[in-house]
Amino acid sequence: MNLRRTAAYFPAYAKGYLRNPVGLFMSLVFPVILILIFGAVFSNTGSSQVPLTVENLDHNSSESVAFLAALNETGAVSISMVSPSVGNLSTYLAHNDLSAGLVIPQGFGATVLACKMNTSGCGPVHLLVFTNPSSGSEAGIVQGAIQGVANGENLWIAGHQAVVMSVNLNVGNPIYHYIDYLVPGLIGFSVLVSPMFSMVNVSSTWKRDKLFRQLSLTPLTRGEWLTATFLWYVLLAFLSTLFLLGTGSLVYGAHVTLTLLALPFLVVGPILFVSIGLLAGSVSNTPESAAVVGNIITFPMMFLSGTFFPVSLFPSWLVPVAHALPLFYVIDGLNAAMVFGNPSAVYLDLAVVLVLAVLFAILAARVFNWRED
Amino acid sequence: MVGRGVSPLPRERRDGERKKPMPASIEVSNLVKSYGSLQAVDGIDCTVESGEVFSFLGPNGAGKTTTVEILEGLRRRSSGEVRVLGLDPWTELGQLRRRMGVIPQDFHFFPKLTPREAIRLYASLFAVKVDVDELLARVELSDKADNRYDTLSGGQHQKVGVALALVNDPELCFLDEPTTGLDPRARRSIWDLIRKLRSEGRTIFLTTHYLDEAQQLADRIAIINRGKIIATGSPREIIARYGRPERLRIEGEPALAERLRALGFRVSPSDGGVDVELTSKGDALRILETISSSGLRWESFSTQTDTLEDVFIQLVGRLEEDSVLGTEPGTTP
Repeated sequence: MNLRRTAAYFPAYAKGYLRNPVGLFMSLVFPVILILIFGAVFSNTGSSQVPLTVENLDHNSSESVAFLAALNETGAVSISMVSPSVGNLSTYLAHNDLSAGLVIPQGFGATVLACKMNTSGCGPVHLLVFTNPSSGSEAGIVQGAIQGVANGENLWIAGHQAVVMSVNLNVGNPIYHYIDYLVPGLIGFSVLVSPMFSMVNVSSTWKRDKLFRQLSLTPLTRGEWLTATFLWYVLLAFLSTLFLLGTGSLVYGAHVTLTLLALPFLVVGPILFVSIGLLAGSVSNTPESAAVVGNIITFPMMFLSGTFFPVSLFPSWLVPVAHALPLFYVIDGLNAAMVFGNPSAVYLDLAVVLVLAVLFAILAARVFNWRED
Repeated sequence: MVGRGVSPLPRERRDGERKKPMPASIEVSNLVKSYGSLQAVDGIDCTVESGEVFSFLGPNGAGKTTTVEILEGLRRRSSGEVRVLGLDPWTELGQLRRRMGVIPQDFHFFPKLTPREAIRLYASLFAVKVDVDELLARVELSDKADNRYDTLSGGQHQKVGVALALVNDPELCFLDEPTTGLDPRARRSIWDLIRKLRSEGRTIFLTTHYLDEAQQLADRIAIINRGKIIATGSPREIIARYGRPERLRIEGEPALAERLRALGFRVSPSDGGVDVELTSKGDALRILETISSSGLRWESFSTQTDTLEDVFIQLVGRLEEDSVLGTEPGTTP
């Protein structure tokens, strides 16, 4: 092992890579595009507010406005008003694909006021609540919030005070949003994708074009070559991490920190996937079959390792599948290090990734031969 | 080794050395390479002397590339003894590759690197100092020095291969079918390069299936077919040994043949006349006297000698006919 030769070869590989727009796109640009798209699509689901469409047929009364203000304060719903001119709210909701609506009837203010003043005209007033039974949890949130505000009003009118009250607290601190999971997930994605796709291609097309044979005629050894290759993909993983962190926190305000504990994954992860990619390309006879083998390995890992969605959201039968994929441990470890700050989980994941990396690197080094028998 | 660490310049010093008896560059005895039941190389013996251009000539699939790859240390042999510059190429490749240069058949290089970058890479891997511009000029690539490899032509690709093979200033160069697929101008220019390498005192091992290439460049030739060497020697020696004798071709009446046979000459009919074998110095004169006094009609005469191509086709072609009854062709897998 001669590090001088590794250092001499490294820039040649880097140049070849940087001059190929496809590789560069896959490793650095594509993950950023993904974070922009997925961040935009799912950034609303981070808050649990249910959209509620309100038609106020009593919009001149201060009581109806006060009621809606109280409803808004619950934080459970986000209110959007529609003009009474839309007519039947149920039809409007159906046409606009909205799942929850509230109609405040005409005379709501006058009736409430009469009850508060204890004058004639006090009587029950009916709020019309529309919910979609197919989205059960949202219906429950809407009904609960409206009922809660209405109960408060009723107690006040009856001259009583609420005695038993609930205080809402969050589990853990701070609140985790989708984007917080997405950043480590996509770092894992690029740790997987950039070495896998290019190593499968390199090991098969270089074999076809006899470029390994060409290198074997120089003093560069396989070990030196492999070291330079590892270094390149580690460097790419760090660059991609910086891009994703920057985009995630600047564009979507992700609460993710690049802790020291995350760094080992950016080193061991690329080594693992360079080895797997090399292995996949070496066992295939043609670049075409290598690409197929590469995709069979890459795609399940890409979607089932918690890249785009946390594995905790998976149905229980799918969880063991995720646990069987090496990328899961990279992403789980990155989450533990960058989002939850949970060192003991990090060590466990790191141990798994490290063992796999050593195993596959040895296997790849054995199968991947420069000379022919 | 002479000239390590300097740019590969013509090495006049070698000429002085060559006058002394030098050990052979390559010694091969009873080399065999088999793939299962297939004998790609079937007991080859040959010796390549220092400073000569030795050409391995044979039809496609004869075992040329398999043999040369074994000599280059890129393929393991099944059995036999091989010494290249005194080293075992399979187990001592590390030492050998610093002293040899290889331009493989169908040379490819990293498509996004330029010739200049490629040479710099090799120089730093071999840890030698190379005058890059001088080397580029020697292979006539100066004007393409900074163009990426994938934008160069086939002939330019081969020249990059030659330049890379020269970075470590090798004593011995292997060129495996260096002009296959090149246009005639590119072929000539590679030939000039090979002559230049020879004049610098390097030993050249050239495999080719082009007869003119071997005849033009080689000091000695080995004709290989079905994994066996079937003839060795200088082109002249091979023609003398395996070719037909020189012949006098006379354009004229077929009846001339009878007259000449009567005098003991070997005569065969040819298109529009007869061919008479010449075995001794005075034969031509006697033949011409005979036909001019015969009263038969004749127009012109010329002498005919076999070319390397005639010999090659005769040798390889004859074997091809034999092989109808024999084993399947010794193709390189």
